[in-house]
Amino acid sequence: MPIGPYILASVIKSAIVLGVLLTAVAYTVWLERKVVGHMQNRWGPTRVGPFGLLQPLADGAKFLFKEDLTPPHVYKPLYIAAPMIAVVFALTSIAVIPFGNPVVIDGYLIPLQITTDVNIGLLLILGVTSIGVYGVALAGWSSNNKYSLLGGLRASAQMVSYEIALGLSLVGVLIMAGSFSLNDIVAAQGGHFWGFIPRWNIIPQFVGFFCYLMAAYAETNRIPFDLPEAETELVAGYHTEYSAMKFAMFFMAEYANMITVACVATLLFLGGWHGPISGPPVLRAILPLFWFGAKVFVFLFLYIWVRGTLPRFRYDQLMAFGWKFLLPLAIVNLIGTAIAVAW
Amino acid sequence: MISIHLILFLAFGIVAVAGAVNLLVQRHPINSALSLIAVMAALAGEYLLLGAEFVAAVQVIVYAGAIMVLFVFTIMLLNAGVEERTKGSRVAFLFGIPGMLLGSVLIAWVLIRHSGTEAVPVGALPGPPNVIGELLFHEFLLPFEITSILILVAIMGAVVLASKPTTPGGGPARKVKD
Repeated sequence: MPIGPYILASVIKSAIVLGVLLTAVAYTVWLERKVVGHMQNRWGPTRVGPFGLLQPLADGAKFLFKEDLTPPHVYKPLYIAAPMIAVVFALTSIAVIPFGNPVVIDGYLIPLQITTDVNIGLLLILGVTSIGVYGVALAGWSSNNKYSLLGGLRASAQMVSYEIALGLSLVGVLIMAGSFSLNDIVAAQGGHFWGFIPRWNIIPQFVGFFCYLMAAYAETNRIPFDLPEAETELVAGYHTEYSAMKFAMFFMAEYANMITVACVATLLFLGGWHGPISGPPVLRAILPLFWFGAKVFVFLFLYIWVRGTLPRFRYDQLMAFGWKFLLPLAIVNLIGTAIAVAW
Repeated sequence: MISIHLILFLAFGIVAVAGAVNLLVQRHPINSALSLIAVMAALAGEYLLLGAEFVAAVQVIVYAGAIMVLFVFTIMLLNAGVEERTKGSRVAFLFGIPGMLLGSVLIAWVLIRHSGTEAVPVGALPGPPNVIGELLFHEFLLPFEITSILILVAIMGAVVLASKPTTPGGGPARKVKD
């Protein structure tokens, strides 16, 4: 493919993916407020637009017009850089995620992902998300506030601990697919067991999926693992000193990370864009995207459901769970998968 | 003809060198640690240019994502202050700087003498993960396993050093008051 159309295609894809991602981030917040509201016998946002659908726009405008306070005691360069680091790496990790099979447009084979299909796709996601922890850690440190510092320390300890379980829980899937390429992993999940059960990795790898689910909740600092911002003990944790758009950037980073985690779960465990496909050609082209979106939605809904249901862990429980239960479980799953595949 | 490879190589190289210099110049440990992360990331970019995508990804995950997080964590935990400037020892000025220059020239000379100035071709390093896996678990299996034992010994040593001292009887050295 010549360089001109390649760059054009990349720019268009980046713009579309970024647009969809940011919209999805805004409406995941709306969904969370709405769903948790209904779970708690409230209505959630109702005033702005039908069903409160324009609430994200109102929130965005409010964040922009709020006074952007910078407390005098902060370490300024890192205080300003921390939210940027958080949001940039949260948005970057979506770049390697494929949303469907490559399509042929005007004679060029165009992959439905921002980067081309690299054989280290999954590692790239892990690498980028592992750098994202600096945003939280530096925010906590540079705020020069003991609650923020505690939040930042908790976040970095928690993320480093659960990253190991997260990585190991994915290795089982990698062994079964024999590739780091996300396209290959999805392709390996086509077809059915015994003709009717879809060949998704969640069935042979349900232990791996459980480990991934737990570790992913901890990595994204969500309830029941949201110790870094535990309101009852730490005011607001690492973002106590942040206001206006800087606070909104942490918020966006958290939800963008949730969406990335949901996309990875969809690709690795839920069969990616595979699903029943039939009908006219237009429908056949759109249905894979629809299935992908539907699976991501289900995963995000699960996130919100858990938030509306479970209380927060204690910090020692969190660490004990991660190191003494989740990590051994992931290792046992890895060994079991390796033996089964070698058989 | 300046290729895009050369431009990227120079860009990553400049970032790496500038990060390394900044690491030394900065007076606050956290800034130094962040400069080191920039160096690691730039090196990952250089590996990527050589077609060693797996090494690049591992460089980011292991160094920038794990080891440097522990560095930053430690700096935050100890709340290390700003480094104090001293005038520096005269010995360091008299022998250190010329010695460093001499050493660099020597290394450059040996490298040029033995491997020439030809550019490393793209794809000279093993790129795909399956090739690296093959190398590690077939050709270099023994060194690989020995390294893992070495790391295990180091971890156990660290645990022993960090754990609370015990009496010969096995109980804790300090009486825990309840």
